[in-house]
Amino acid sequence: MSEKIKEYPGHRIKTADLRAGLVPLIRYKPEAKFAFSAGAAMSRFLEELKNGRILASVCKKCGRIMVPPRTFCEICFKPVDDYTYVKDTGKINTYSVSFIAADASRVKEPTIVAVIELDGASPGMGILHKIGEIDWKEVKFGMRVKAVWKPPEQREGAITDIKYFKPLKEGEE
Amino acid sequence: MKDVAVVGVGCVGFRPVTPELSYKELMFEAAMRAYEDAGVNPRKDIDAFITCAEDYWEGFSIFDEFVPDQLGAVLKHLFTVSADGLFGLITAYMLIKTGHFDIVAVEAHSKASDILTYEGIVNFAFDPIFNRPLGGHPYYVAGMEMNRYLCETGTTLEQCAMVAVKNKRNALANPHACYGANITVKDVLCSECQFYPLKKLEISPLSDGCIVTVLASEDVATKLTDKPVWIRGVGWCTETPCLETRDWGRAVYTELAAEMAYKTAGIKNPVKEIDFAEVCDMFAYKELQHLEALKLCRRGEAGNLVEEGVTQRDGELPVNPSGGMLGMGYALEASGLQRVLEAVLQLRGEAGKRQLPEVETGVVQTWRGIPTATGAVVVLSK
Ligand SMILES: [Zn+2]
Repeated sequence: MSEKIKEYPGHRIKTADLRAGLVPLIRYKPEAKFAFSAGAAMSRFLEELKNGRILASVCKKCGRIMVPPRTFCEICFKPVDDYTYVKDTGKINTYSVSFIAADASRVKEPTIVAVIELDGASPGMGILHKIGEIDWKEVKFGMRVKAVWKPPEQREGAITDIKYFKPLKEGEE
Repeated sequence: MKDVAVVGVGCVGFRPVTPELSYKELMFEAAMRAYEDAGVNPRKDIDAFITCAEDYWEGFSIFDEFVPDQLGAVLKHLFTVSADGLFGLITAYMLIKTGHFDIVAVEAHSKASDILTYEGIVNFAFDPIFNRPLGGHPYYVAGMEMNRYLCETGTTLEQCAMVAVKNKRNALANPHACYGANITVKDVLCSECQFYPLKKLEISPLSDGCIVTVLASEDVATKLTDKPVWIRGVGWCTETPCLETRDWGRAVYTELAAEMAYKTAGIKNPVKEIDFAEVCDMFAYKELQHLEALKLCRRGEAGNLVEEGVTQRDGELPVNPSGGMLGMGYALEASGLQRVLEAVLQLRGEAGKRQLPEVETGVVQTWRGIPTATGAVVVLSK
């Protein structure tokens, strides 16, 4: 604000003024709908989720086993055409506990979200998903977890075919 | 200051739909071809990467975050130019001119077939208070512009239709074009009148595809290739967005962009010094309006040029030998690079069946489409 002006004339706009429609506002809801082509690699990945399997692709040059699978290695910049499966178990790389819902309201049951390094995949490869069947205070770095799948007849080839990952007890696989 | 050349081009498409490929796979294919063409390894040789994308076309916020992997740009220097690919090319040119970059890659693509509400996205570009509430299909803007252009210049409906006939026929010789056809002026004039006086066959249909170009500084370019295509001049311009205030008869944005490009290129007489043109023909009349704005003929004369066959592939001034957007499809932000691709292939003598004899200099022009009044111009030489 300019130093010369101590106070602007008029009155402040209050929330009530906005609600009463005293301030002109044009509401508009865009028509923006998309249907994203999953592509060669991700289509196979989604198809395999229906079978309860996690598909990875393998770069022959650097040897990385990559989840999610892709048709090229972003490090070597080479086409990739080899596929393999990785396990539906792994360990927690990092996690957070969300107490706030998408609409910013406070929730009673928090959502635990984690990056999971899958067994059989190269370091830095895995899946971002939810953690369930555990009190959030018990979650630890490096904790071993396993996918909990929807029943086969309910799977639709989506990342949500895995309901969440649950902790594995010691000795469990 | 050192010169800048295009040293590599790669293209995938263009096709009406590409359901078998993701946008990432499309981009990877085009990038691989461009780097192979340029003889560069993106992980080692390329200093910066530019992606040309508009979030609303993509259905992503902050789309450039999703780009590094498929361009070989992971942990390298990448940014978005939120405009047509020709603006990306101009940005790359300027980066190299600073002397801090030797090799820069520019990418632009269209996955228009992933957009279910194309008209809704275009409507979103209209002023929300003054224009948008009127609703309707946004292409009425093209109808109004065509009408005013015809009224001011005396260009005829037949002459506009001839542009569509020529470009769709040119497209038959271009493997990158998917809308080639052997049609007559009567076919065009009898096609559905969609936005009076604009007919259905005068409107570029959407297409999917991707183009990557590699630019290099003079020293590097001459080492990489015996056929560098030099960027001699660049220009761009935006008129007012106000639909009520802009000039409806003339493409002033292209007149001023061309003035800037010709000045940098040292071109005094475009008619004599330019051998061919690749211009935006998103709607058939736009080719004529843009030719006049590029000073390749006098105002109101472009219609005669097409009528006399001057702009045919074997004419004195071939225009859109690629088939233009009417032939290759409207590929969103990749439209300008479609024009660049053709100019590069023509100047290298690699345009196959549609090769123009003895071309030295070409001009490339783009327009950002409805409802914009923004354009860019680039002059390319052997
Ligand atoms: Zn690799």
